[in-house]
Amino acid sequence: MSEPTPQKPEDQKPEDLKAEEAAVTETATTSETNQDTVRWTNAFREIASGNALLSLLAVVLAILIGGVLIAFTDSDVQEAAGYFFARPGDFFAAIGSAVGGAYLALFQGSIYDFRRDDFLSAIKPLTQTLVFATPLIAAGLGVAIAFRVGLFNIGGRGQIIVGAAFAGYASFAWDLPIVIHVTVAVIMGIIGGALWGAIAGLLKARTGAHEVIVTIMLNYVAYYLISFLLRTDLLKNPGSNNPKTPPAAENAILQPIFGDGFKLHWGFVLVVAATVVAWWLIDRSSLGFKFRAVGLNPHAARVAGVKVERIYIYVMLIAGGYAGLAASTEVLGTTTSGFTSGVDAGIGFDAITVALLGRSTPWGTFAAGILFGAFKAGGFTMQASQGIPIDIVLVVQSLIVLFIAAPPLVRAVFRLPQPGARAKKVVS
Amino acid sequence: MTLTTTSEVKTHGGSKIDRRSWKLPIAFAIVSLISGVLFIGFAEDAPTGFNLSTGTDLIQLPIVHLPALATGVIVTILTALIAVGSAFMISKDRAVPKWIPIVGAILALTGFLTWAAADETLRVPELLAGSLVLAVPLVFGALGGVISERVGVVNIAIEAQLLAGAFVSAVVGTLTGSAFAGLFAAAVAGMLVSFLLSVFAIKYLVNQIIVGVVINVLVSGLTGFLYSTWLTDNPEQLNNPEGFSTLSIPILSGIPIIGPVLFKQTLIVYLLYIIVAAVAFALYRTRWGLRLRAVGEHPKAADTVGINVTLTRFWNVALAGAIAGLGGAFITLSQTGQFGKDVTAGAGFIALAAVIFGRWDPIKATLAALLFGFASNLQNALSVVGSPVPSEFMLMLPYVVTIIAVAGLVGKSRPPAASGTPYIKG
Repeated sequence: MSEPTPQKPEDQKPEDLKAEEAAVTETATTSETNQDTVRWTNAFREIASGNALLSLLAVVLAILIGGVLIAFTDSDVQEAAGYFFARPGDFFAAIGSAVGGAYLALFQGSIYDFRRDDFLSAIKPLTQTLVFATPLIAAGLGVAIAFRVGLFNIGGRGQIIVGAAFAGYASFAWDLPIVIHVTVAVIMGIIGGALWGAIAGLLKARTGAHEVIVTIMLNYVAYYLISFLLRTDLLKNPGSNNPKTPPAAENAILQPIFGDGFKLHWGFVLVVAATVVAWWLIDRSSLGFKFRAVGLNPHAARVAGVKVERIYIYVMLIAGGYAGLAASTEVLGTTTSGFTSGVDAGIGFDAITVALLGRSTPWGTFAAGILFGAFKAGGFTMQASQGIPIDIVLVVQSLIVLFIAAPPLVRAVFRLPQPGARAKKVVS
Repeated sequence: MTLTTTSEVKTHGGSKIDRRSWKLPIAFAIVSLISGVLFIGFAEDAPTGFNLSTGTDLIQLPIVHLPALATGVIVTILTALIAVGSAFMISKDRAVPKWIPIVGAILALTGFLTWAAADETLRVPELLAGSLVLAVPLVFGALGGVISERVGVVNIAIEAQLLAGAFVSAVVGTLTGSAFAGLFAAAVAGMLVSFLLSVFAIKYLVNQIIVGVVINVLVSGLTGFLYSTWLTDNPEQLNNPEGFSTLSIPILSGIPIIGPVLFKQTLIVYLLYIIVAAVAFALYRTRWGLRLRAVGEHPKAADTVGINVTLTRFWNVALAGAIAGLGGAFITLSQTGQFGKDVTAGAGFIALAAVIFGRWDPIKATLAALLFGFASNLQNALSVVGSPVPSEFMLMLPYVVTIIAVAGLVGKSRPPAASGTPYIKG
C-alpha cells in the first residue's frame, strides 16, 4: 500500500523479528537467550501489575452495567419488582432470565452456538464475528495510524463511501479475468479511500485547516456525492429505479474461505495482511518512525529535519487507504448484491472506538476489531431472539473503552490497590 | 504547555501569523472563475425577485428584481477585481482590509441566489427565519464548545450533550406536561454528560478527545436503547412533549426583514440571544471570564495566583454542558416535536466545526453556526423555487463552504493553549 523508502540499512531488524517470533511461539524454557528472558520477565511483570487483569475487569464491569440496563427495562423484571416484598425470589429470577438470556444470545450469536448438533454449524457464529470484524479492523487501522501522527481522522465514513464507490464501479462496470478483477477492484477501493483521505491531509499541510473539521465535512460531502451518483447511470443499476448499484461481477467477488456455507471471505485474510503491513509500517519502517516523531512532537520533528507537512499528506493517504480497504471488503465480500448510500453502516464511526480501544497499535486495533465484531454479530442475534435493541451493544462497547482508559476507576470499583500515590497519564 | 511564554498578544480579531498569505486572492480568483462559468455561461436571462416582506409586516417593502445575466456579469467582474486588488496589496506587503472578503462573500452569495432562482421569487424573510431555526441548536452547542475549550477541556461530546438534552426534554416535558420543565431537565441532562466528561478528563486524566468520542457513542447507545425499549411502547405518555409557542415582540417584530426573522420566535430563541450576549460579554469583561481564560491558556500561572484549576474546569464544563443541553431541548420541543433515535443527526459535530471555525470566540462561533444554518436552509428554499442544481449539491453546500472557508480564509487556527492538556498540580 505504502512504499516507504528506508534510508538507512535495516540494522538489527531481522534479529528483532526472530526474537519476537521466538517469544511468541516457543516457551520460556526452550528459548534461553538473554533477550527472551528479559521479554518474558517484562510480560510477567505486566500481567502481575494488572494491565491484562484490569482490561478483563473493565470488560466485566461494562457487561455488568449493560446487564443492569437490560434488567431495568425488562417488562418481567418491572412486574416482579411490583411485588418485590411479597416474593423477592421472583424478582431475582426475572433479572436472571432477562440478563442471562440476553448475554447467552450474545454469546451464541458471536462465538459458539451449542444448540447445534455438529461442530461446523456450531462454530458458524465465530466466522460471522470475523465477517463483522473485517471492515472494523481495516477502518480502525486507518484511524489508528493517523492518531500516531497526532491527527484525528473522523473521516472514516467519507473515505469508506468513496472507496466503496471506486471498488463498486470497478466490480460491475469492468470485465476482467478471474483473480485480476478482484485484485483491481480491491485496489480501486483503496485508491478511492486514499484520495478522499488525502484531501484532508493536503489541506492540513498546505493551509493548516483543522483536520477534524475537514474530515467531518468531507463525510457529508461524500455522502451527498454518492447519493447524487446513485441517481445517475454511473453507479445506478440501469434496470431499476432504486438508488442502488448493480451487483458485483462474479470475478470481482472476494470468495468465501470455507465454502458457500460460511460467509467469511478472503477479505479477512487481506485485513490480517493489512495489519501486518501496518505493524511493519509503524514499528519498523523509517516512514513510521517519522510518523511517531511528528505525533509525539511536531516541532521537534521539524527541527530534526522531518518534513512535517509531507508526513500529514502521507499519513492521510494511508489512513484513507485503510478505510478504502474496509469499503472493498464490504462491497466485494460481505454484501455483493449492490449497495446504497448507507454503505458505511456506521463502520466509519465504530472504527474510531476500535482504534481507541486498541490504543492505536496495529495488533491492539486488530483485537479490538474482533471484540467489536463479536458484539455486532451477537447483538443482532440478541435483538432477534430476545427483543433487546442492539443499541445496548454501543453502551457496553463505549463503557469498555472508558474503563480501560481509566484504570484507577476500575481499581477503585474492585477495591484493588492503587499503584503509587497518583495515577499517571493513561493514554497518549 | 511549554515553559517558554510567547509574547504574542492575541488581538480581538485574528492573529498576525499569515501576513503574506495568498489564500484570499486565490480564493476569490476561484470564486470569480466559477461565477463566470455558472452565472454567465449557464444563466437564464430572466429577472429574479427578492421578496423582502412577509404578508403581516407593518411596512411593506417592494419586491426587488435583479436581472440574472447582468448580475452574473457584475459579480464576476467585481470578484475578479477583489482577487487582483488583494493580490496587489499583498505583493506590496499591505494588509487587506477586513471588509473586503466580507463584501466579496456577499457578492458571491447574491450572484448565486440570483442565478439559482432565476425567473422566480425568493422569500427572503422566510429563508432567513428558517435558517435561524436550523442554527439554534448549533449555536447552543457551539457556545458549550467555546466555554469548555476556553477553560481547557476539549469538548467533542457536544453531540452527546445535545442528544441527552433532546431525550430528557422529551420525556420530562411529556411527563410533567410543561415545556419549561423539559427545558430545565435538558440543561440538567447536558450537565450530567459534562460531569461524565469531567470525571474522566479531569480526575482520571484520560485523553479528552477519547472521552468525548466515547461519550458520544455511549449517549447515542443509551438514548437509542431507552427509546426502543421504553418510549416506543408508550409514545403518547412518554414522548409527546408540549412545545413552546411563538411569541412576537410587539414593536421589534414590525421592523422589515429582521423583525419577522429575529423577533417572531419561541422563548428558547430569546433565551439564546441572552445567553450569547452574556457569554460574549462575561468571557472578556468579568472576573469569571478572566479566570476561565487563564485556566485554559496557562493553568500553571492561574494556579500560582490562587485559582483552583480543577474546580474552575469542572464547573465551567458543567455550564457548557447545560447550555448545549438547551440546544437539545430546542430540537425536540421546537423542531421535531418528539424524540427520535439519533435525532440530533450530527448537529454536535457541526457545532464543533463552528467552534473551530469561529476561533473559540463566542460571537464568531455563533456567526459560524448561523452560516451553517443558512447554508442548510438554502437547499429548502431553492428546492421550492426549483433550482437548476441537483438537490444533493445544495445539501452538500454548507459543508463545502466550510471546507473552503476553513482552508482558504481562516487558515491556521490557534486553540486555547492548554486545551486538551490535563493539569497535574505539583
